Amino acid sequence: MVDEDIKLIGKDGIRRDGRKFDELRPITIEAGVLKRADGSAYLEWGENKVLAAVYGPREMHPRHAQNPSRAVVQARYNMAAFSVPDRKRPGPDRRSVEISKIMSEALEEIIFVEQFPRSSVDVFVEVLEASAGTRCAALTAASVALADAGIPMSDMISSCAAGKIDGQIVLDLGKKEDNFGEADVPLGMVTSSGKITLLQMDGNLTLDEYKKVMELAMNACREIYQIQREALKKRYSTSLEGYEDIEDTEEE
Amino acid sequence: MKELISRITKDYLFRLIKEGKRLDGRDLLEHRKLDINTGWIGTAEGSARVHLGDTDVIVGVKMSIGEPFPDTPDKGVMITSAELIPMASPKYEAGPPREDATELARVVDRGIREGHVIDTTKLCVTKGEKVWLVFLDMHILDFDGNLFDACGIAAMAALMNSEVPAETFDLGDNYKLPIGHVVIPTTFYKIKDQIMLDARLEEEMIADARLTVGTNEKGELVSMQKGLSGVFEYEDTISCIEKSREIGDKIRALLKDKV
Repeated sequence: MVDEDIKLIGKDGIRRDGRKFDELRPITIEAGVLKRADGSAYLEWGENKVLAAVYGPREMHPRHAQNPSRAVVQARYNMAAFSVPDRKRPGPDRRSVEISKIMSEALEEIIFVEQFPRSSVDVFVEVLEASAGTRCAALTAASVALADAGIPMSDMISSCAAGKIDGQIVLDLGKKEDNFGEADVPLGMVTSSGKITLLQMDGNLTLDEYKKVMELAMNACREIYQIQREALKKRYSTSLEGYEDIEDTEEE
Repeated sequence: MKELISRITKDYLFRLIKEGKRLDGRDLLEHRKLDINTGWIGTAEGSARVHLGDTDVIVGVKMSIGEPFPDTPDKGVMITSAELIPMASPKYEAGPPREDATELARVVDRGIREGHVIDTTKLCVTKGEKVWLVFLDMHILDFDGNLFDACGIAAMAALMNSEVPAETFDLGDNYKLPIGHVVIPTTFYKIKDQIMLDARLEEEMIADARLTVGTNEKGELVSMQKGLSGVFEYEDTISCIEKSREIGDKIRALLKDKV
């Protein structure tokens, strides 16, 4: 699907938005942004704007879907009508149903679901503005929101995509690169253990190229994990500021 | 699922209200802190995020070309919708809009339509064939009561922030969406014999009656909606309208600053 007119990488190896091949778009995360939700996170990733909220563990509805031995993780990925250039009809379509499913499955891996029989942990992700890579942004934000909600979990999932444009392997495809590139591999992983919790691929890659793509994406996930940690630290260190002062004076 | 309130909170609220006091120390006819942020959704023609206390909503405007209604062949068309997404409250469920979301969308729609906020005569491309469609989508992110005012103000701000995307449709240069009037809704809640403005969630849950009043910059009344099973006296409605004009002017001044 390569359009002859569109050149995605310049001769100097710089991409259309000025990034190098292994450079992420700027990412900022803020934890605890909503009042009603048990946990929440707001994430900006390039032009992407994503809000995640967590409720639970709470009684599972509908009842017949309850699991007597563990909690069910229900993630819902939803795009706002105004989040894309051509207005999207509100409500779930096949794409968001699929993303919701793979997100639920990925998050189930890190949550201690066996501690909460018959319950559900509900994760709601709203994409307010979309510009390629929203599922990675959604999963990254959802992990922070889960931690903010105090849900018992082993670790967070960090997520990022890499792919191929103009025959070159690059990290974190932008809008144009996603539309006109040759391959896209969204990856979600628990960086501390190396467990891969989400993996998709479309396009065309050789095995060598796949290896390079994964190397880039896995490195980026480690970078993103630090941003996730910082967001949580920032949220909870403010409430501990008083404590630090006390310790300081004691030392003196 | 309905929101629940404990009996002890309810009793406490009733006692406060009897003395003309409120949970957060506000006067009965005082708004919560209003924060308006426009234009931060790049994919929308115009957008606004409004915090009214802890109630948090976002409104996005999208535009495209479509057919006019047969009875108004030279006027643009506006379509409003509201989603009470499950993110906003533990009680909201996913699915098609229910009664309350539909009422919300229609009340906001009425204020904008009847108040001639959008000058739809300037949104005609070819009479009887092509006009601009204006989609107004409201997203509730955090629900702490009084969605009517939060959404109404956000919708107004988003429209004032909108640019007609003429370039995308090869119709010349983009231009500001033509705004006729600035309509601001204010919502009053009656609890026992007291009337208060801008209820937060706990207050909204024990309210007997609700009245939304939309006024324009000339102080004219453009839309009203009475809700819930309680009643208002005629005199109540007069004082609500008078107060609405006063508050509306303050918010209009704020909007002018922000947009």
